[in-house]
Amino acid sequence: MLEAEAIGRALRRIAHEIVERNPELGSVILAGIPSRGVEIARRLAGIIESLRQIRVPTGVIDVSMHRDDVGTRAELPRMQASHLPLPLENKTVIIIDDVFFTGRTARAAMDAISSFGRPARIQLAALIDRGHRELPIRVDYVGKNLPTAPGERVRLRLENVDGEPDAVWVVKEKT
Amino acid sequence: MTEPGKSEMRWQRKDLLGIRELSAEEIVFILDTAEAFKEVGTREIKKVPALRGKTLVNFFVEPSTRTRTSFEIAAIRLSADVINISAGSSSLTKGETLKDTAKILEANHADLIVLRHSSAGAPQFLAERLTSSIINAGDGAHEHPTQALLDLYTIRQRKGAVAGLHVVIIGDILFSRVARSNIFALLKLGARVTLVGPSTLVPREFEKLGVAVSYDIDEVLPSADVVNLLRIQHERQRKEYFPGIGEYIRLFGLTKERAKLLKPDCLIMHPGPINRGVELDSDLADGAQSVILEQVTNGLAVRMAVLYLCGGISA
Repeated sequence: MLEAEAIGRALRRIAHEIVERNPELGSVILAGIPSRGVEIARRLAGIIESLRQIRVPTGVIDVSMHRDDVGTRAELPRMQASHLPLPLENKTVIIIDDVFFTGRTARAAMDAISSFGRPARIQLAALIDRGHRELPIRVDYVGKNLPTAPGERVRLRLENVDGEPDAVWVVKEKT
Repeated sequence: MTEPGKSEMRWQRKDLLGIRELSAEEIVFILDTAEAFKEVGTREIKKVPALRGKTLVNFFVEPSTRTRTSFEIAAIRLSADVINISAGSSSLTKGETLKDTAKILEANHADLIVLRHSSAGAPQFLAERLTSSIINAGDGAHEHPTQALLDLYTIRQRKGAVAGLHVVIIGDILFSRVARSNIFALLKLGARVTLVGPSTLVPREFEKLGVAVSYDIDEVLPSADVVNLLRIQHERQRKEYFPGIGEYIRLFGLTKERAKLLKPDCLIMHPGPINRGVELDSDLADGAQSVILEQVTNGLAVRMAVLYLCGGISA
């Protein structure tokens, strides 16, 4: 569906929009959701630096312990320690996710961030928006809208995380 | 969210009964999860909603303050509701069987039961009969898995890795569930383990587990990366096993003089409560090499991880 060049374009578009909408770039923190959101945050910081010569701090926000489906799954994935450059007061925290889907991960991320402090505002960026929201949450920055059927799965591969060239594709869910 | 690689391990156990049945990968998984929970302790709000709506029963048939408190704080930080039942206050004193008491707890919707019991195997007995998650908080002389996990966490944090280290466990090994769980965990993660103590309390049979046994502490200390001193359990020592306090200190106590044999970066650990001046010199317990209080703090993170993992999957 998307190859390395298109992913690069999508990231540059997000970076441009972040710069446009946040004149005070010095108060912006990019908080990536593991594992690929962290890599996307790192890349966005690099693009923003090349645009404006400002190094925007990046952090990690693991949402596992804030999810609303704990206790309903048969197995649990590995989590990562969260880390945000503190304090958050008067800062704009931008949550960086790879694929924006139901909105539940974003809700959990907002909950997690609020336990670190009270930022001035929280925004949300995602490389892919595949639709099918289950919560009243919208995304502020989208790299690419990718309409999908509910039974499909969006797969994302990023160099530095997966050891293979960047790519996005849609697969039918196995049942 | 996207799918992680297929090789990535996922947690699937509802109970933590012992270290023996865990794989090295599962042990590392718990330690990594604990790393994430340790970070929660640095937040402005040190509480996460992970186990909101779950009820945890701290069922301590054998007395304990530190382990029970640690589990209680861990559960509270995970937003679980906690009930404490101790031996004196339970119907066990009225002759109710362990199974019946546990069935009642489950009928009261206890999602997690943290069990401390004087009989080896009691947690497994419950795990086989209940759908609640059972966490072993020490069963007889069998296992004390969360103590071993917090010891490994502390070692890994201070030394970077467990593999290749020489860990010396000193004291009453025979009756120690802490020692047994530590031995299993350390060997699985690739450490070299030497047990030291009176021959009555450290029989040669332990060598079958893959550890070394020594009765000469002075010979072992210079190569140690970690010394873990076990509490001399006066209350359960029978005279025939134990040489007497004075002789024990002379032969096996970590005194100031003896500590000079240690490498400068050797860690001194103790599961507590310490008999100051018996197994460990009082100044050493508070000294630069001691990580005893870190063990306590790490215990909280490790227990949060265990409760989250076992209580967080559907039965």
